[in-house]
Amino acid sequence: MEVTTQNFKDNVKESLKDTQLQTALQRATKSFIGRRKTAVASLENFEALRDYCGAIKAHTLSYLDYYLEQLTTQIEKRGGQVHFAHDGEEANRIIVDLAKAKNVKTAIKSKSMVSEETHLNDALEQNDIIPIETDLGEYILQIDGDVPSHIIAPVLHRTREYITKLFHEKLGTSPDATPSELTKAARKVLREGFLNADMGISGVNFAVAETGTVVLVENEGNIRFTTSMPRIHVAVMGLEKVIPRLKDLPAFLSVLPRSATGQKATSYVSVITGAKREGDPEGPDEFHLVIIDSGRSSVLADPKLRDALRCIRCGACLNFCPVYQNVGGHAYGWVYPGPIGAILDPGLLGLEKTTSLPQASSLCGACGEVCPVKIPIPDLLIEHRKRSVERGLTPSAEKAGIGAFAFMAKHPTVWDVSTKIGRYGSKFLSRDGFLEGNWIPVLKEWLRERDFQSPAKKSFRDMWKDGIS
Amino acid sequence: MRVALFATCLADQLFPQVAVSSVKILRHLGVKVDFPDKQTCCGQPAYNAGYHKETKEIAEHHLNVFEGYDYVVLPSGSCGAMVKTHYPELFSEAPELYRRSRDLSERTYELTTFITEILGKQDIGSNLQGKRVTYHDSCHAMRFMQVKEAPRTLLTAAGAELIETEGHDVCCGFGGLFSVKMPDISSAMGRAKLVGIQAAQAEVLTSTDGGCLMQLIGTMKRNNVSLEVKHVAELLWEGIERQQVLA
Repeated sequence: MEVTTQNFKDNVKESLKDTQLQTALQRATKSFIGRRKTAVASLENFEALRDYCGAIKAHTLSYLDYYLEQLTTQIEKRGGQVHFAHDGEEANRIIVDLAKAKNVKTAIKSKSMVSEETHLNDALEQNDIIPIETDLGEYILQIDGDVPSHIIAPVLHRTREYITKLFHEKLGTSPDATPSELTKAARKVLREGFLNADMGISGVNFAVAETGTVVLVENEGNIRFTTSMPRIHVAVMGLEKVIPRLKDLPAFLSVLPRSATGQKATSYVSVITGAKREGDPEGPDEFHLVIIDSGRSSVLADPKLRDALRCIRCGACLNFCPVYQNVGGHAYGWVYPGPIGAILDPGLLGLEKTTSLPQASSLCGACGEVCPVKIPIPDLLIEHRKRSVERGLTPSAEKAGIGAFAFMAKHPTVWDVSTKIGRYGSKFLSRDGFLEGNWIPVLKEWLRERDFQSPAKKSFRDMWKDGIS
Repeated sequence: MRVALFATCLADQLFPQVAVSSVKILRHLGVKVDFPDKQTCCGQPAYNAGYHKETKEIAEHHLNVFEGYDYVVLPSGSCGAMVKTHYPELFSEAPELYRRSRDLSERTYELTTFITEILGKQDIGSNLQGKRVTYHDSCHAMRFMQVKEAPRTLLTAAGAELIETEGHDVCCGFGGLFSVKMPDISSAMGRAKLVGIQAAQAEVLTSTDGGCLMQLIGTMKRNNVSLEVKHVAELLWEGIERQQVLA
């Protein structure tokens, strides 16, 4: 996915004007929020599970070298192959080389955010291998030439009305087809792909080090197909997806669907330990796991930012974020939008390109409150802001302004005099109790779409001096 | 009991009646309140914007101003969260300042919580009988100060009819400097917030925080929504005065 994080502010303007997007966002996030609340309430120990899952993830990250080695050994023991890729390009090369060596013409793909990072579909197409997205949302995006806007609901930015029109144009369905008819039309196309593809490429939700198992959760059944029908299964994952033991899995399977779609459990959970073994009636002949770094090890090496790698990609922080609810995922300009993107993207892409993202938060704290692995998202947003200041990435006027403000705040007399001057000046800008001054820096930003109540004629400290009766 | 009022800069400059009401309520409840006049700002704008060197200097001043009081009470959850949670974090590597900030953190209370928890009062002699009130949870009050029940308890004990709106716990979009650094998003959030508030058909919108009120008042004005907006301290004091007249 192209990086447009630098254009965040312009992207936001576009998003706020897009009425189709606004309708889609409202419908979807509202429904996600409602369903999560109910699902969480159905579990007495949800809070304890959040603590547990957060602790397991934190522990795994602290000993990641050990667990990655264990995972590799276990997979190789069962005849699977593990490939480590330093970056996306290397990951794509590994997969393309493998596909070429095995004479793969078509590859079916289930949803994988890390493959969006690496531009895997482009790499496959450039090498005459046809990639077919089989997640319904991803399939819609593929035929529309679009990119995901949400971690678990990639096409959340589109209304069903939009999709009905798209399918009518691309697949010839009726212009007033129902969602179920649309799904059937997609299913017909995808079924062909499943039956004829030579390679299935999936993501990974959890990789269990102890047993060399990859775990995938889904509702559509397309992942089950992708990982079992073609003769080669390639799973791709970021290196943070590991958990130590199989017995840690149930806790994650309790919090993930509840946080993500508000389900107690997803329709399918695939627990895959290697390729087809002798006597197995079905399954792929080969299993490959591609483990991608792409900047993650530098985040891991950063004790303050490391917690961002705990993320299990549930998307709850997006759904609950009032900023995401208003601007949607594309505005953020990369694969991971919303609060998690605002803390992770600077780590993976560099703060220089992503300075605006951590600024795009009122620090309301809703994200941290719902995170199933308790990532302290608001703290990390502030950490990135702090680093932006330290690296001189913030505007010089802002730095000067804060410096002046701090000087005033440290010197009560200066504070008293400056606020008096400010209040006196505001009298001339005041009309009916509100300020008019859209030529004044900072104030003009406020006044674009809101009014500003005039400061009081007399401050409280002056009232106190005169006595309060 | 030595109690200091931390008025907060927003109440001091923009909403002085909020601080006046806070003082009057506390006095009405038999608390002698002091206003250390060297107080300025808690430093939250600088902190949230990432200017932590500057924030530390402001915080140290704040620690000095409120030294020696048993309690520091303020009509805000947001400035309270700054002092309570972020001061100790800021000074995590300076043992003496850390100790002092931990100490101040424990003495700092948001007004309504101070009344219910420290004074142990629910009925404060305020009469808001028949008032249809909707309460906006300030994010920082709710999430970082656990102020959720106290304002509701005091309002209902005063006889107000409390109407919970859809999205009462969703951010109003203020966010300090965020409101002017990302004005498009901040304003959109403000407008989104109005939808639930209007649906409540309340007479008064109230909250614990001046920042939220400033955002909501400004958004309502621009969108021609008229609804009385009052800080919870103002509303409660209004009820006390009403009760005094009736008695």
